[in-house]
Amino acid sequence: MISPVIELDDVKKVYPLPSGDVKALRGISLRIDEGEFVAIMGPSGSGKSTLLNQIGCLDRPTSGDLFLAGKNTREMDDRELTSLRLTSIGYIFQKFNLIPLLSAYENVEYPYIMKHRKNDDTGRVRDLLAQVGIDENLSAHKPSELSGGQQQRIAIARALVNDPAILLCDEPTGNLDSQTSLQIMEILAGLHGRGRTIVMVTHNPETAGYADRTITIRDGMVA
Amino acid sequence: MIGNDIIFALSIRSVRLHFLRSVLAALGIVIGVVAIASIGMMGANMTLSVTEELSDMANKLTVTAYRGGGGGMMGGPGGGGNGGSSDDDAITEKEFKTIQRIVAKYGTTYTVMSESDRIEVGSKEGRATIYGLDAEIIRGILTVETGEYPKSTTSVVVGPTLAERLDLKIGSKIDIGDPDDGSTATVRVVGILEERGMSMDLSTDMAIVGTQKLFTGIYGGESEYDQVNVVVNDLNDIDAVTEAIEDELNRKEDTVTVQDSSRMMESITSTVSTMTTFVMAIAGISLLVAAVSIFNVMMMSVNERVREIGILRSIGTQRTEILRMFIYEAGILGLVGAVIGAIASIVIGYIVVLGMVGTAEYFFAPGSVVYVPMAMAVGAAICIITGVYPAWRASNLDPIEALRAE
Repeated sequence: MISPVIELDDVKKVYPLPSGDVKALRGISLRIDEGEFVAIMGPSGSGKSTLLNQIGCLDRPTSGDLFLAGKNTREMDDRELTSLRLTSIGYIFQKFNLIPLLSAYENVEYPYIMKHRKNDDTGRVRDLLAQVGIDENLSAHKPSELSGGQQQRIAIARALVNDPAILLCDEPTGNLDSQTSLQIMEILAGLHGRGRTIVMVTHNPETAGYADRTITIRDGMVA
Repeated sequence: MIGNDIIFALSIRSVRLHFLRSVLAALGIVIGVVAIASIGMMGANMTLSVTEELSDMANKLTVTAYRGGGGGMMGGPGGGGNGGSSDDDAITEKEFKTIQRIVAKYGTTYTVMSESDRIEVGSKEGRATIYGLDAEIIRGILTVETGEYPKSTTSVVVGPTLAERLDLKIGSKIDIGDPDDGSTATVRVVGILEERGMSMDLSTDMAIVGTQKLFTGIYGGESEYDQVNVVVNDLNDIDAVTEAIEDELNRKEDTVTVQDSSRMMESITSTVSTMTTFVMAIAGISLLVAAVSIFNVMMMSVNERVREIGILRSIGTQRTEILRMFIYEAGILGLVGAVIGAIASIVIGYIVVLGMVGTAEYFFAPGSVVYVPMAMAVGAAICIITGVYPAWRASNLDPIEALRAE
């Protein structure tokens, strides 16, 4: 039997605002198994990014339970959730979100150092950069000196450096041209092919076509 | 390749990225450290210099007539109008004999007559202390640098400062006293004394020293002395001698005041130390200004890097590590400022001490150089304390909110 790597049970998220509460998630229950590639789709403001932020432990549900690899995140404090983000979750953002002060290589190595408390002497960082098509010359550059596609490749390598159980992608091709988008999606498809669990938020049906399953969110609920 | 402490590496890079801003912030600390250290060192050097000068006289006591109240703490001789003309302000021959008898087994005594008076050298006028000492005593305790010791009732030796100011040379003539007010005398300079510095027993640098016969010839008051100086052979007897004199002469009522150099030393040290602390506190204001500047730079750094903080948090950086990153940044500014400040304060402090104290003999004494690490520690600590709030703010940013920042 395949075990669920992500499980949500009646997850609600409410943002209290002076003008009144905003119910971003209105009770979402779903299950994603190990090795699955799931696309989350929905119109703007439907709550798909909020849902991804709950799964990525960047935010806490107002109510309901979120289980990651069988552990209920409700009982975790900030330190444990941060630790989970470092070791078990790889995040790929639409805006790449690389650290501007670090080179491409250092950006990928950063989570490795944070986890192992030492520099990478195994060659993993270099291998991952090679896998996403970034050569040694490019890896010495700062993010601001690289193209969007190159930055997203580096972001993918960074997300994979600690071998996380889950790869979360928030509109990974949203800032890229169609040719580069295709290349990025091919990389993600390759990772899925090697057994990686991927959850991807997208509003592009073509991108969603790479996934095994699509979950549509509308008004904070699974449609 | 970055080191194992990637958080520290990020702090260094952030400082380097905003190099000019960081340098200007650190400059405030440099100025603060230099101000505090230099002033501290100047005060310490003044104290050490005075202490050293006064400790040469640790075996000396001065006995003056009791004048009520404080009796003149710094009671050096030569105060205006306390010459041999008034019985109340003088030590009598009988009292001197008593002192001499008491001191006999401990050391020696000699009498001092003194008066502050107007003097005239050619067309130049001024005031000076005129001392009347026994001719043998002059020879015994004072050193003549040029010329010879006074032998007659018209010859005198003068202090080097007075000689320089009034351009006195061997053979120069000095008119002592105001023609409109009492007797006057003309004396001839036969020697110029060696510099003696500030002293409790005799301050001869700005004085004219002649025999007691010369003195009484001008001012009268034979067998009446302004001061009796005691030189004790063994330092440990100082208290015993003081007590013995006071017991004998102040038994019924206070007739004399006995002073040793320690009281004078305490008074000067405490005055210098109070002044130094006060001026250092003013200098400390420059460090406060620097603290505001560092705070401003740190807040700017946090505000500019909100998105970066969001990224770091989202990929698994703990709050404490973000806190550490900004504390390091403030610490780097503080440390660089403090180190440069320390080097500069040694150079500037040396110049200040040389200019204000006149000698840099005690500059490297532990009591003086201790102000350098002290000012460094204060400067660096102020930086780190100033960095705490911005760092705390950065570490408490909500990752999602921070990621949305542009």
